[in-house]
Amino acid sequence: MDLSTLGPFLVGVITSGLVLGFVYAIIALGYTMVYGVLQLINFAHSEVFVTGAVVGFEIFRVLEPSPMNGYLKLLIALIAAMVASGMLNVIIERLAYRPLRNAPRLVPLITAIGVSLILQDVIRIIEGFQGRFDLTYKLPPAFNTNFCGADSSCEALGTALTKVGISLQIKEVIVVAVSLLSLALLNYLVNSTKLGRAIRAVAQDRVTAGLMGIDSNRIIALTFLIGGALGGISGVLFGMKFGTINAYSGFDPGIIAFTAAVLGGIGSIPGAVLGGLVLGVIQNLIGVTNVLGSILNIANLQAIDASYQRIGAFLVLVLILIFKPTGLLGRSNTEKV
Amino acid sequence: MKRAKGNVGVRLIGVVAALLVGAAQAQTAQTTIKMASLSPLSGPQSDVGTQISNGARLAVNEYQGQFAKLGLNLSLQPYDDQADPTTGTAAARKIIADSSILALVGPLNSGVAIPVSVALAPSHVALVSPSATANVLTERGLKNTNRIVPRDDAQGPAGADFMLSKLKAKKVYMLNDKTAYGEGLAGEVEKALRAKGVQIVGSEGTEEKSNFGSIIQKISLSKPDVIYFGGVYSQVGVFAKQLREKGITIPLVGGDAYDSADLLSIAGAGANNIYFTTIVAPASEVPAAKPLAALYQKTFGKPIQGFGIFGYDAAKVVLQGMLDAARSGKASGQAPTRAQVENAIRRVRATGLMSGTVQFNSVGDRRAARMYIMKVNQGKVRLETTLDVKAPRP
Repeated sequence: MDLSTLGPFLVGVITSGLVLGFVYAIIALGYTMVYGVLQLINFAHSEVFVTGAVVGFEIFRVLEPSPMNGYLKLLIALIAAMVASGMLNVIIERLAYRPLRNAPRLVPLITAIGVSLILQDVIRIIEGFQGRFDLTYKLPPAFNTNFCGADSSCEALGTALTKVGISLQIKEVIVVAVSLLSLALLNYLVNSTKLGRAIRAVAQDRVTAGLMGIDSNRIIALTFLIGGALGGISGVLFGMKFGTINAYSGFDPGIIAFTAAVLGGIGSIPGAVLGGLVLGVIQNLIGVTNVLGSILNIANLQAIDASYQRIGAFLVLVLILIFKPTGLLGRSNTEKV
Repeated sequence: MKRAKGNVGVRLIGVVAALLVGAAQAQTAQTTIKMASLSPLSGPQSDVGTQISNGARLAVNEYQGQFAKLGLNLSLQPYDDQADPTTGTAAARKIIADSSILALVGPLNSGVAIPVSVALAPSHVALVSPSATANVLTERGLKNTNRIVPRDDAQGPAGADFMLSKLKAKKVYMLNDKTAYGEGLAGEVEKALRAKGVQIVGSEGTEEKSNFGSIIQKISLSKPDVIYFGGVYSQVGVFAKQLREKGITIPLVGGDAYDSADLLSIAGAGANNIYFTTIVAPASEVPAAKPLAALYQKTFGKPIQGFGIFGYDAAKVVLQGMLDAARSGKASGQAPTRAQVENAIRRVRATGLMSGTVQFNSVGDRRAARMYIMKVNQGKVRLETTLDVKAPRP
């Protein structure tokens, strides 16, 4: 094995890790925003995410025979998923968290886990009525072709990218593009609008914000709406990228995205994005450690095969909690959102 | 006279009526006995799990008449194990507590069957698994544990043989799903391949259900000519889809847990060039199963799959054992004990099953089993070839 094969191989691994990382990042934002305003880990967020994925699946399924432009279908799927997941998150907040606003911190945490379990089975039952369990996305055929593949107008670019190890499908490019767009929008919303200022105020000090005339219940509900909508987007992206989801698919990416939020510094928006990207890449790198080990001839590394992929995320979490408990971008008095 | 005669007539009617009532009472006074089924009815493997309980139900319907003649009222009691050992063991405790349950069909998975058989053993509840293939299941020599399928140590060499003789494999990438089933199966295949001097270019397990990116990167780097994945259709389908999307078209080979219509829908356009060893061919490939398939469609409104036929066969073995035990010197309406059923099942000779005759050896393995190798291509499953398998000990 020489550098000419190892280089493209590593680039390929890191690229696919970054694509994965963007999905994690968008999910992580849902955790971190809610934590920012309520200091509550919304464990039901993984099901909010799955709801988005299911809605996306249904839209693509219903629209499959229609000759409509694929990107228009995607837009409809994304909007429907955002609305469904956002509303669901607001309802969860209203029914499960608001009545416990002044209860000890542990109580809403347990409720969150309960809501998560209930939602899993509700989703399973709803899809089960139609005889479905594993939901396989029926994407427009164009999404599955290679980005800048043969016979496309940018074939030269595609060949150049393949040479350095980047071979992406259209749908993966869409995942990245939609993620970046959502991040930009969220950034504008939080940092440059009145609503964003209100959210930041509530995150900093709910009581004082109330004294300044901010209706904190409304702001909290809106934060859940935005966090849920992000969950819906990530659900559709996840379903597109990996193809198949079911009612229980939320657990794995949910727990990893939560780790990503903690890694980046929970409550911090840039932190969640960074954490997601770092974890995506780390996961994929751990997945190929044994190959790197055999190339570099290090026996210990050769034993680390793909089964360690999931442990990797938590190993990183343990290390960060030992050496930098506030996370990569978190500050102890971080301005939470 | 006339009046008297009329009186006799009325009396006769009365007597007949009384007899009928008596008979009806005798009918309801029958002893109730149950056969349980234990398979995943919810969760990712519910598709095949439901096939097993449905197949068992058809077998119960078929045997009810024969048990009624012995004064026994037979019914099926399905339990859900969610393909999870803990849930399965909890269900086993419920089975033990219901004294009318004499024996069990299931579980689907080796990982569940192993603890469940241990839990049931002290209560002498016999089980016949329609699908658990891990060697250790019968190797422990439990009296209550039987199966009607070949073991991993047969399925493994069969898969390896096929890869060598038909696919001419020289470099193989091994994957497994880290369950007792997948790891056991892949281990057997790897052993057989290494013995034949085949190069294993990678061998690893993964619990990942969505993100196979790094594994696929490694596969495209090591350029094997065949991939063997010991796993279940729900995971393998996603893997196959992503593998084909990255332009890797080499054969993908696996075991009987690929046998589900959902493999085709999950893998989508990736459902090409996939082979799997299995113990029961699809209904279309078993001429004897045609009437059963029609009955299944009529009863449950869904087509039967390999595991449905399997569940039916295993249930018939259990029921034949229960019938043998009930017939041996019992008064009418008296149920056999669990221990008697346990012994009868181990000694059973069940004929006329979809998969041939079932007889067990000393540890509960089937004496003569058959293995089928199926090919998935262009959205269709076809029989590629068959292999005969003998139990490894008498």
